[in-house]
Amino acid sequence: MRNERLEQARNAGQHLHHFHGGLRLRHNKKISCELPLEQVPLPPRFYVPLLQHSGQEAKATVVTGEKVLKGDRIGYLGEAGRGCIHAPTSGTVKALARRPISHPSGMNGLCVVIEPDGLDQWKELHPITDWRKADPSLLRQRIRESGIVGLGGAVFPTAVKVDEASERGIHTLILNGVECEPYISCDEMLMREQPDSIILGARILQRAVGADRTVIAIEDQMGAVSSALKESVTRSGASDIEIVKVATIYPEGGEKQLIQVLTGLEVPSGGRPSDLGLLCQNVATATAVARAIAEGKPLIERIVTVTGSGISRPRNLVARIGVPIENLVDQCGGYTKDAARLILGGAMMGYALGSDGNPVIKAANCVLVLTEFDIRTPQPEMPCIRCGECARVCPALLLPQQLHWQISNQQWDDAGEYGLTDCIECGCCDFVCPSHIPLVEWFRFGKAEISSIASERAQAGVARQKYEAREARLTREKAERRRRMEEKKHALRDDAQRKKKIAEAISRARSRQDEEK
Amino acid sequence: MSRKFATGGAPHFPPHTSVAGVMQQLLLALAPGIVAYIWFFGPGILIQILLAVTFALGFEALMLTARKQPIRLFLGDWSAVVTAVLFALCVPPLAPWWIALIGMLFAIVLAKHLYGGLGQNLFNPAMVGYVVVLISFPQVMALWLPPSSIASHSLSIGETLTTIFSGSLPAPLSWDAISEATPLDAIRASLAAGNMVSEARLSPVFGDFGGLGWEWIANFYALGGLWLLWRRVISWHVPVMMIGSVAVLGLVSYLADPGSNPVPLQHIFSGALVLGAFFIATDPVTGCVSNRGRLIFGAGVGVLTLLIRRWGGYPDGVAFAVLLMNMAAPLIDRYTRPRISGQ
Amino acid sequence: MLAAILAITIISGLFGLGLGWASRRFHVEADPVIDQINTILPQTQCGQCLYPGCRPYAEAIASGEADINQCPPGGETGIMALARLLGVEAKPLNPDCGEEKPKAVAVIDERVCIGCTLCIQACPVDAILGASKYMHTVIESECTGCELCLPPCPVDCIDMLVKKQTTGDWKWPRPEVASQFPATNPAITSGNHP
Repeated sequence: MRNERLEQARNAGQHLHHFHGGLRLRHNKKISCELPLEQVPLPPRFYVPLLQHSGQEAKATVVTGEKVLKGDRIGYLGEAGRGCIHAPTSGTVKALARRPISHPSGMNGLCVVIEPDGLDQWKELHPITDWRKADPSLLRQRIRESGIVGLGGAVFPTAVKVDEASERGIHTLILNGVECEPYISCDEMLMREQPDSIILGARILQRAVGADRTVIAIEDQMGAVSSALKESVTRSGASDIEIVKVATIYPEGGEKQLIQVLTGLEVPSGGRPSDLGLLCQNVATATAVARAIAEGKPLIERIVTVTGSGISRPRNLVARIGVPIENLVDQCGGYTKDAARLILGGAMMGYALGSDGNPVIKAANCVLVLTEFDIRTPQPEMPCIRCGECARVCPALLLPQQLHWQISNQQWDDAGEYGLTDCIECGCCDFVCPSHIPLVEWFRFGKAEISSIASERAQAGVARQKYEAREARLTREKAERRRRMEEKKHALRDDAQRKKKIAEAISRARSRQDEEK
Repeated sequence: MSRKFATGGAPHFPPHTSVAGVMQQLLLALAPGIVAYIWFFGPGILIQILLAVTFALGFEALMLTARKQPIRLFLGDWSAVVTAVLFALCVPPLAPWWIALIGMLFAIVLAKHLYGGLGQNLFNPAMVGYVVVLISFPQVMALWLPPSSIASHSLSIGETLTTIFSGSLPAPLSWDAISEATPLDAIRASLAAGNMVSEARLSPVFGDFGGLGWEWIANFYALGGLWLLWRRVISWHVPVMMIGSVAVLGLVSYLADPGSNPVPLQHIFSGALVLGAFFIATDPVTGCVSNRGRLIFGAGVGVLTLLIRRWGGYPDGVAFAVLLMNMAAPLIDRYTRPRISGQ
Repeated sequence: MLAAILAITIISGLFGLGLGWASRRFHVEADPVIDQINTILPQTQCGQCLYPGCRPYAEAIASGEADINQCPPGGETGIMALARLLGVEAKPLNPDCGEEKPKAVAVIDERVCIGCTLCIQACPVDAILGASKYMHTVIESECTGCELCLPPCPVDCIDMLVKKQTTGDWKWPRPEVASQFPATNPAITSGNHP
């Protein structure tokens, strides 16, 4: 069974299939693609968060007052490649302070505050120039040390993904250039202006995981991109890289949906693309890999789309990690009159930020500022009328109205059974709901509750075991004590009897002696 | 200096539809049918609609106050209006005013709010109201008018109002002279008397396919329903299966016994079948959730309608069929859960 | 008339027999309910429910002796889960048993501890490390917050500290409900959903 699926997966990109549901949304991307990419100049201070991945904060590896060079490691979590953070420029570490970190909770986190010295000097770089002959594990090690995470928005540590993929055997590498969320155009600009780095990244990744071929998927609306990429492929001389155009339906850029479109196969529920012999990476991640291997540079910057009706001159910028968002907005002409909401991410899945002092992080693919008119809600939330539109558009084939009932009634087991953990939080159901129920918020809450209840139950299970062990120990100790008392009593009785026997024997002997006398 | 922003949840788009919007589109789709109805059977139906809407909104406001819920929000979702209009389209155009009162009492207060309000009712409120008045007041509910083209006397607006509000016809008129059996009534009576369907069809109330006038109204309902399909307000599963099962079962029974069964088209264009297929059985709250479930639901309504028409005690079975399938909907949902992606 | 009564009686008798047979034929073995209740309880063994531990409380609930709303550490979530399991109405926590508090762990002030082992003996899950005349310390990950170690300490050196929420254990909150609709009020369950 698995072999059939692997065979089918090998033909990724030959035919295009469909996935269930999805929406055709207005793109709003053109406005940010008219101007070319531009670097963001050095700000007076960099605020580099130590939490730029899921899980716990990384530990700082520098102290206040220390001088750092561009690319020096400043944060590390220790566990197999999660959470490597590097200095975005050369300068001095001014402080390790708790500041806004562009987190969806709005909470502060530990930041490394760096004051640039203006020289922007790289640390000593060690490119792997002969990567074509290098051991794949060496390439993977470099990816791990360079702090590369999935730059499509998920920020999953690339090294972990790549290690696990190469263990299971990958035949096809898929580069995801399908930027399906409205407003975001950073990948499109990257593909238009720097296609060579993407192709290089593809070839390096191919070698790192042992894949036979690469498929680069792009949207069918990206005309200039397709030719730029194809020319770059020809220039590189690679024969196993294909460019495939897929239909523009949100959320086609989702990993599982893209795989379904390219191969016709569904990633098993709870499984991963490596089950089908596939590895999926964002094109910007591939570029970061190319830079890390061929130039020795760790991940310290990314392309950010600054757009929306609240921005005067929308465009894409190359921003370093740790630059406050207000600097990016200034470079784009500042806010328009009715700017009302600041969003990190796209209009469907992004989260709102409370202030533009938040820094650019690795997950910041887009800074979206919308006006009052764009975010109006004419009618407050109503009860569900069971119209079924949500189920019609769900790409994961779930029943959002049932899940909503179950979560609001705290029926966690039922929600899990109906597939809540398979929800990709794309927001399609939310978008079509006539009752304006904030379904994505409900599902995010539900998923968090399920996992926290599971961990609480696990903890309670441990506590119960310890309690039962303690009860058993106490019972055992009591039994021990009783046994010892018994023995002593017994010994005492024996002792008394022995003494009596001796006394009798002595008295018998004495009486005999007396008789003989 | 950093600028502060108010936050909000994703997705960051204005909603492109609303409950009120959905209900208003339903009413718009019913409009052609209502106009045709007035054309063929006089203004009585308009009075019924106005009465029903008034009572429905009144009862809804009463219940919302009693349940301490926001009145303007829920009155503004137009769901009570849709219930009222669908009810009014099922009662005879000259029914007395208290029919609408009792019907809306049971529909809004009992079937809708006592079950939990919008989105929580188990039974279709309009059908509950209709069935209650049908069973309680059978004589009044049997007084239908013939189409104006063949009517001996078409009532003026004044006479209509008098009839509805006083409960009896104005002086020189009598019910025997005014009212006429509907086509389904005619078939039923004819069969009971031992005649064949084809003989019953000779009556002037019959048109080309269904009843005179009624078939045109059904056509306009269907037009409205197709527009709703195009606008994605309803899905095709229930209407197709309902009409399809009636057609198939009707065909089978006609071929088996042409004497006592009308042609399938007769069934489709009679009574409330087309209205039911596009507007009543497609009610999302009381129907099934998945598409497969909807297919079963639609087929069930169609089959039950035919059974009741043929062997039941009432000429038209759509209302009862819908209520029976409402009962079965949760069970159907349980067994037609769609497969989740990847499993 | 007689025929109708006879008919109804016979039909209901047949249905009754059918249901009885079905209940035996399709019977599903389930966990004994005491174990199911015990799984829901938080295993703090604190005694606030007025029973000496979670399992005795579970047994009391199963026998009908105790109500489902006597466990403060389980909180509202626990009461709802018990209500769902046993098919009864959920009710608010009994204020006589205590109040729901955020999860706290015990911390021993090492400057004051005299090494008497009284707290070690009191801890129901053996979460305190130490020996006579040696420093005692609470193993944070194993402490259930039951507070049974506080009374025995002769120098009152144990404090309950609430864990501060960090970005690491932040969860998405429950969405704000605009008004009290039954749809989103968990105390009222829906009628027509399987």
